[in-house]
Amino acid sequence: MSLFKARVFVHLRPSVLDPAGEATRSATKRLGIDGVTQLRIGKSIELEIEAANKEDARSKIELMSDRLLANPVIEDWTLEFKDEQKVATN
Amino acid sequence: MNIGIIVFPGSNCDRDVRWATEGCLGISTSFLWHETTDLNGYDAIVIPGGFSYGDYLRCGAIARFSPVLNSLIPFVDKGGKVLGICNGFQILTELGLLQGALTRNKNLHFICDRANLSVESTKSTWMKNYKKHDSISLPIAHGEGRYQCSSDVLKKLQDDDSVALRYAKNPNGSIYDIAGITNKKGNVLGMMPHPERACDEALGNIDGKSILSTLLS
Repeated sequence: MSLFKARVFVHLRPSVLDPAGEATRSATKRLGIDGVTQLRIGKSIELEIEAANKEDARSKIELMSDRLLANPVIEDWTLEFKDEQKVATN
Repeated sequence: MNIGIIVFPGSNCDRDVRWATEGCLGISTSFLWHETTDLNGYDAIVIPGGFSYGDYLRCGAIARFSPVLNSLIPFVDKGGKVLGICNGFQILTELGLLQGALTRNKNLHFICDRANLSVESTKSTWMKNYKKHDSISLPIAHGEGRYQCSSDVLKKLQDDDSVALRYAKNPNGSIYDIAGITNKKGNVLGMMPHPERACDEALGNIDGKSILSTLLS
């Protein structure tokens, strides 16, 4: 077994209004920064998972992302792997 | 008639619903802890408002995996009546018993107010005591009540006559001013407004009584 570290980034679909992102964007002007035309807020979920191999880890995380971490009606997600370590198995 | 009210850690309208069904309408009502899986003997299940499991991740996202909700899908298939109020509506969409999703209010505020509503459909078992286009007023109290769905789903809801309630003045940015929807069969209703808080004369408004009194007939 190996331990995989991954990050799932969940964000609202482009068609869904993000009022919190809009409010934050308006604050950029108050900070004195012009030209921010788009600002949307998402969630970053960092996780570690034990799996036989990377493909196994990927399929588990994909299932988790579709069913739990994101709601596909309003959200999209992307997955990125970080480093991989071998772990001792019992 | 036996009503079960599901109680999650973080539910806070469970006792309000019980007061409405048992106190105001005299219907036998019990609380069902979220770890229960046995729904035998119940004619209707109410998922009350609140913040189930702290509403971590998304409203209703963790509640949908609770043991009691695994039993709810076969209950609905067999024709059992289900009412989801506020957080209950959010849970029903996460569970997939109702279409669409509820997201952050457009104005980012938690809105605690009374909303004027129009009865859009009376086809469901829950709405049959109203007449189409009845105008009613119910309390609302939510931070994530903006109903969202794709244009295809919206069309399907309209074609199936599944839009139950619409806001007269949209408070939260919901698509098509939607305040409540039903499933196609009409035995499941999800709504953001709180009918249980409008059942007792002492509170000055009994516009919500017609929803829960459908359980008497």
